[in-house]
Amino acid sequence: MSLITTLARLEAVRTGRAQPAATVRHRHLSDRPLVFVPLITAGEAGAPLGALVGTDRDAPRLLVVPQPRDRDLRFAFLAELAGVVLPHIEAYADSVEPAERTETDPETGKRVKVEVDLCADAAQLIVPSRAGVDFVRLLGRSMRFRRTTEQDPETPHPAPPRVPLLGRWLTHYGERARVPGSSLLLAMTDLLGRHWATGQSTLEDQHLGALLAWIAPGDEGPTGAEAARRAELARDADGQLLCPPAGPATDPAFDNKLLAPAIERYDRARTALAAAEDGVEADDRLGAVTAAEREVRALVESRTRPTWDAVWRGLDLLRELPAGAHVEDRWTRDRWSFTSHRDRVLAGEPPQPRRDDAVTAANKLATREREQARLEAQEALDDPLVMAGRRLAGEAFAGEVIDVVMAYSESKRPSPRPLVTVRTDDRPHLGERVKVHRSLGGRPQAAEFVAQEDEGVLVLRIVDRMGRGKEPEAGSVPEKGDRVCFTLFEHEQRGGAKLPDPEGTPWTHGGPPGETAAVPEAADAQTEEDVL
Amino acid sequence: MPAKALDARALAALAANPGCRRRAILDGAGVDKASLASALGSPSVFGQSQFALTRGNAFEARVKADGGAELLRLVHERLDRGAEPPAAGAHVPDLSATGPEGRAARTALALREATTGSAGTPGGPGAWTLLDHPMLALDVAGSPAFLEPDAVVVHPDGSWTVVEIKSFPMLDGSADPAKVGAAARQAAVYVLALERVAARLDPAPRVRDRVLLVCPKDFSNLPTASAVDVRRQRAVTGRQLARLTRIEDIADALPDGVCFSPELPAEELTAAVEAVPATYAPECLSACELAFHCRARSREAGAVTALGRPVRAELGGMSTVEEVLAAARGEAGDPDDPAVAALRRAARLRAEALAAAGAGTREAAVCP
Repeated sequence: MSLITTLARLEAVRTGRAQPAATVRHRHLSDRPLVFVPLITAGEAGAPLGALVGTDRDAPRLLVVPQPRDRDLRFAFLAELAGVVLPHIEAYADSVEPAERTETDPETGKRVKVEVDLCADAAQLIVPSRAGVDFVRLLGRSMRFRRTTEQDPETPHPAPPRVPLLGRWLTHYGERARVPGSSLLLAMTDLLGRHWATGQSTLEDQHLGALLAWIAPGDEGPTGAEAARRAELARDADGQLLCPPAGPATDPAFDNKLLAPAIERYDRARTALAAAEDGVEADDRLGAVTAAEREVRALVESRTRPTWDAVWRGLDLLRELPAGAHVEDRWTRDRWSFTSHRDRVLAGEPPQPRRDDAVTAANKLATREREQARLEAQEALDDPLVMAGRRLAGEAFAGEVIDVVMAYSESKRPSPRPLVTVRTDDRPHLGERVKVHRSLGGRPQAAEFVAQEDEGVLVLRIVDRMGRGKEPEAGSVPEKGDRVCFTLFEHEQRGGAKLPDPEGTPWTHGGPPGETAAVPEAADAQTEEDVL
Repeated sequence: MPAKALDARALAALAANPGCRRRAILDGAGVDKASLASALGSPSVFGQSQFALTRGNAFEARVKADGGAELLRLVHERLDRGAEPPAAGAHVPDLSATGPEGRAARTALALREATTGSAGTPGGPGAWTLLDHPMLALDVAGSPAFLEPDAVVVHPDGSWTVVEIKSFPMLDGSADPAKVGAAARQAAVYVLALERVAARLDPAPRVRDRVLLVCPKDFSNLPTASAVDVRRQRAVTGRQLARLTRIEDIADALPDGVCFSPELPAEELTAAVEAVPATYAPECLSACELAFHCRARSREAGAVTALGRPVRAELGGMSTVEEVLAAARGEAGDPDDPAVAALRRAARLRAEALAAAGAGTREAAVCP
């Protein structure tokens, strides 16, 4: 955390309200995000209890597993979830625009441009918290290796038809969420925490209710600290939290006092139904089962609805911020990622493996590193508040041009190499001939540090983007009196060295995948009982 | 009020914040911090869901079924492949006794028999022995703590292994790092306690520094296991426990007649708790029942640590919110102090950026 953010947090403590940590919105927000508020059963791996999901804030779809230990009920939940999520994703996957991509021609080895389809937009998924992102990944892992009867008629406990496909998409979203700056799958707490500094620690910011309480505590209501405390701790007469946790984990008091008895009643009603001896009795008892199920549904809705509303309130707050200039550029990368997964699914490729091979893993890591650098550079260029942090850290400086002297390079065809003197109050870490960069009409222009004339007076030599002529193009060299801002970091990220194809994996990294990789991965072993 | 004994989880948490005298003395005195926190008006949020509890117990019972055959197979496979595979029906000594002291003594005896008894007898050296829920005593800052690991296994070579059974899943061979970390810290406390028992034997048997973590495999209820190296956690916990101020020393500094009974009126109780200084940091929220009380106090005092330990690190000698803000505004502080100078630069840059952003909506931002 930079000192500037710390200062914002302290200011938030003093004023009782969150302070801006960004002046523009640094993440893409879809016009129709799909919000997903899941709940899980404590102590059970990947056993969903229920969820609210949908794109209409006033009409979420409630999905509930009345007995999370029942595999069939869990499958029914997942099938229903697939019925909501997949049509949403497919609507985006079907609408494409032509785009160009450079590929290496396999015959000539040259880089050539090819026409490909690019999805015009991508489906965005929003969950309340970081734990929700992990849960999306877990759900994806639990579903993508399932077998349906169509794939394998012999499989025990076959999954409903579209569930494995949902697993592949959720896996893709979960993986993409690990790429810095990506916006396919976002956690609301991360989004809000990026744009506001609260008067509490980052640990406490993981609580969506408390975070919102700091950002929008109400005009004359309590201070952020009091409102946040209320969100964290206040309980009703029944001992239940007024602001239920954003999940996916539930509050133990809710589990023990309300949920467990309701599930038990549902179990009893089902046992009674199974024991019914004639049609009339069965009808009555079916009514009891439905009533018990409705009770569990009501409980799940009561715990997810406040979070659902909170997520939408967060979206409202974020939409008030203007989007950063580079947000669209990063979203285009998300669209490429979305499109490439769509293409893999269409091409009938198998689900993502349990473990990546060496080349894929190295590629993923390289992507994350490159995107991290890109994100840091772009956020600083889009947002003076972020740039202020970089300036404080000595990684950028802003100031006024006090002198420009024309000079030329010493080659046969001399090119302009003007010397620009800048006065700044910042203290950049400049060494001899260090490259610095500024943004010129959205493109980076490089300069070299020449000398420090005086305290805060720096001489730079502009080295590019001045055109081909002897005289620099108009506007390409700063003039006396201009305000300029140079960074020590590069604005655009270059890709690293190309990695070999998987078939060319060196033996140090396990060698080529060979024949084992050609066999699709087996489904998870199924046991008769799959709950603890 | 019955005293609440220290358990491994509390010890691991205590070791995470060794400077906190309040926690040390309350834990040392066996005060039930949850009811104390409720009486203070800042109830703790800890609790366990009965679902998690029943599932945890069911899984543990499954792992230990059939005289621990599956558990011993896992220990053999993951930790001691060179040894003779465990035969069916390994020795599982009865460890029941009255009271924790009795059970701890019984455990020590069973460990001695299994390690140094006459060879060839069941439960003697050269065979596998499983101790189901043994009891170990550990002296913590001058007061005894009784610890109950899920299991301890004695190998044929006489070495001892701590087994920790958890119900979070191991997915494709890896589990949630935060949960594995917590389990490792907890297991490290058991290893320390076992080493104390071992030190009293001659020759002292080896306590293995790799513990066995048993978890459900993927999405099934079948157990799988992984050896976890706890040398680092053991060293850290050992050092922290040694650093814990002796409870008598803290108690000596207390005024006479201080009492932490939750039945006292809230004001008296608050005063009593305030008599022992606390070291609050946000990490306490996930480890200590009193954390919300300490947080309220810390915020009242305007301590910057309430925003996180790293915040404190970059602010030099300044420790309160008002002090820092005054220094940033230029109303206080020594401008030659590098922390103060950095703070003022930060404040200036922040104000400039916010002003630029406000103006930037009308004209292109000055920077970049």
